Amino acid sequence: MKDLLTIADLGRTGIEGLLDLTERFVEVNQRAIPKVPALRGKTVVSLFYEDSTRTRLSFETAAKRLGADTMTFSVSSSSVNKGESLRDTVQTIDAFGVDAFVVRHKSSGVPAQIANWTESAVVNGGDGWHQHPTQALLDSFTIRQHLGSLQGRTIAIVGDIKHSRVARSNIEAFTALGAEVVLVAPPTLLPPVIESWPVRVTHRIDEVLGEIDVCYLLRMQTERMTEGLVPSLREYHAMFGLTVERAARMPKDALIMHPGPMNRGVEIDQAVADSPNSVITQQVANGVSVRMAVLFRLLGSTTQLDALKEDL
Amino acid sequence: MTSTHDERDLVIKGGRVIDATGERVADVVISSGRIVAIGTDLDASIVVDAGGCVVAPGLVDLHAHLRQPGKEEAETVESGSRAAALGGYSAVVAMPNTTPAIDCAAVVREVQALGRTALCQIEVAGAITVNRAGEQLAPMAEMAELGVKIFTDDGTGVQDAQLMRRAFEYAGGLGVTLAQHCEVSALSQGTCMHEGEWSARLGLAGQPSEAEELMVMRDIALARLTGARIHFQHLSTAGSVAMVAAAKAGGLRVTAEAAPHHFTLTDERCSTYDSVYKVHPPLRTAGDVEAVKEGLRTDAIDAIATDHAPHVAHEKERPFDQAPPGMLGLEYALALALTELDLGLAEVLALLSWRPAAIAGIADDHGGMLDVGRAANLCVIDPSALWTIDASGGASLSSNVPYAGREVRGRVRHTFRTGEPVVLDGEAQR
Repeated sequence: MKDLLTIADLGRTGIEGLLDLTERFVEVNQRAIPKVPALRGKTVVSLFYEDSTRTRLSFETAAKRLGADTMTFSVSSSSVNKGESLRDTVQTIDAFGVDAFVVRHKSSGVPAQIANWTESAVVNGGDGWHQHPTQALLDSFTIRQHLGSLQGRTIAIVGDIKHSRVARSNIEAFTALGAEVVLVAPPTLLPPVIESWPVRVTHRIDEVLGEIDVCYLLRMQTERMTEGLVPSLREYHAMFGLTVERAARMPKDALIMHPGPMNRGVEIDQAVADSPNSVITQQVANGVSVRMAVLFRLLGSTTQLDALKEDL
Repeated sequence: MTSTHDERDLVIKGGRVIDATGERVADVVISSGRIVAIGTDLDASIVVDAGGCVVAPGLVDLHAHLRQPGKEEAETVESGSRAAALGGYSAVVAMPNTTPAIDCAAVVREVQALGRTALCQIEVAGAITVNRAGEQLAPMAEMAELGVKIFTDDGTGVQDAQLMRRAFEYAGGLGVTLAQHCEVSALSQGTCMHEGEWSARLGLAGQPSEAEELMVMRDIALARLTGARIHFQHLSTAGSVAMVAAAKAGGLRVTAEAAPHHFTLTDERCSTYDSVYKVHPPLRTAGDVEAVKEGLRTDAIDAIATDHAPHVAHEKERPFDQAPPGMLGLEYALALALTELDLGLAEVLALLSWRPAAIAGIADDHGGMLDVGRAANLCVIDPSALWTIDASGGASLSSNVPYAGREVRGRVRHTFRTGEPVVLDGEAQR
């Protein structure tokens, strides 16, 4: 595997392999000195064309804990503002001699384009509305940690599915791992043609609360109001927000998840976000371990992997 | 049969002549830019072999972007006309979405001047509105005075129904034809492909078929209201084809074209985010491709027009949603039509030559029949030649070819522009 661009590229076996490997790095991260030299001498570049503090820091932390060197390319201080093309930027950085690009871009498909222009590994750190595979892996890992397995579980994904790369990659990952996915959104926030998707769809959150093992909430962006997709945040909250009352109607052990950053009071109530069922901060913590697994799978050697196992 | 000709005479020998009147085996003699004899066993000082080939009126493209003035890095009138000649075209209608737009006499004159030395006849299309902005009628009369016969804001449609009504009425008084790129911008703004299963999966903003169909519907209504002629450009949806067929059956003066990519490629091609497959109107579904093919077979659609739209590589390498739309077509249209449409040679040539010649208002010198006294605008086609389209882009300055690797049948051997052999044995002569 040269790149990680989509969840579909992995398939069930690939996902499970990465989740198993993640277990190892969770252990590493619990050590007093959470660091292994598995990728010493490798260089990982974060190529972020879109603001993202948490994903970038999570990847950079993961790379550093594996002993890799990191470089950060952020648009605001770069030659992109001087009109340099995507391809020229990639080839310039490639000329430094790097091993992996972690790419975040507001346009769907950019990581796939970049993968065609470089021999280095490309990790999709989120592209447009398309995919965010490491988010899906860390979410799957978090669910597995708490529920043992996703097989046969029912997971509701609530909110702006249409514009969400998190939703697209999570639907692929959750269903590949045997879960049933229910999309909960007004029709305006669903992609126009999803008949072929392996999901159920409902427009009322109250219909599914009693049967779900996980309630996965998506961030509601205020710009969707100006586009006329939802009348108001108030109405969205009333129809789709996970309120304390609604959370109380979920099974006792059901998980509450969110990819962050949250709009408290819109898609999720303050008290719900901070309730014992909420695993939102664990998602963030697992993000580092998952990204260590991904970088190691792409850049590490098999012998190193064996050595690592012994080491652990 | 004996006749004497001067030393500049040229005979196209041994071909099967196919034109709007039928077909026969004949030699065609050209002199001083005109056909001077058609018959058997004719001779001339220069002999061009057409054995096993079809001799036909030159092809006419109603829709090409030659990018001049303004985008000479992507294409010029000269390079585009060379690609056209290699594709069998003797005339091409140059779209006005240049920089500056062809929206006044001065720019019309500039492009016409460039066309004088081109390898095929360049018919300049003018814009309907000033700077194609859709706000104010362009000076159509001064452009018509210079010979402009087709007006369009191609690249966008005229959004304002009242302005379009006025344009229809005004054009009627000039005897010119309005051509529309049908796309309601309120439904298509910010989109980069067809709205459907693939756009949903790829996370790309799609435009529904209805973005095109609503404007087709509106313009049929306006054509009925004003009695004007309307030509629909690059129809891409089953619904559009059906509406145009119904409008024709109702007696309205409606014509339509379809582009080769809309009868050969579907939206699934966008799955690799290769913007060579990004085009407006977008590649649609398999059902739409079938409907466009059927429209071409049943005369609901009158002509194949390439929508040849060159773009330099570094612009096509932008992210899919930011890359400019368009693909090359001039060197591939004939072969794609012969390979994909399941039509006879005469029917394909009707779609590529004499019907578009009539729509463009240049039937005096192009299309129609090969007859003594007519301008020698001809192409010679080897209909059984098999070849594989390569990614180079041929004579175009750009290489945004969506058909690379595709095996096709039928290749242009020679092309004549008013008697001048601009292409011989598949090679441009200048």
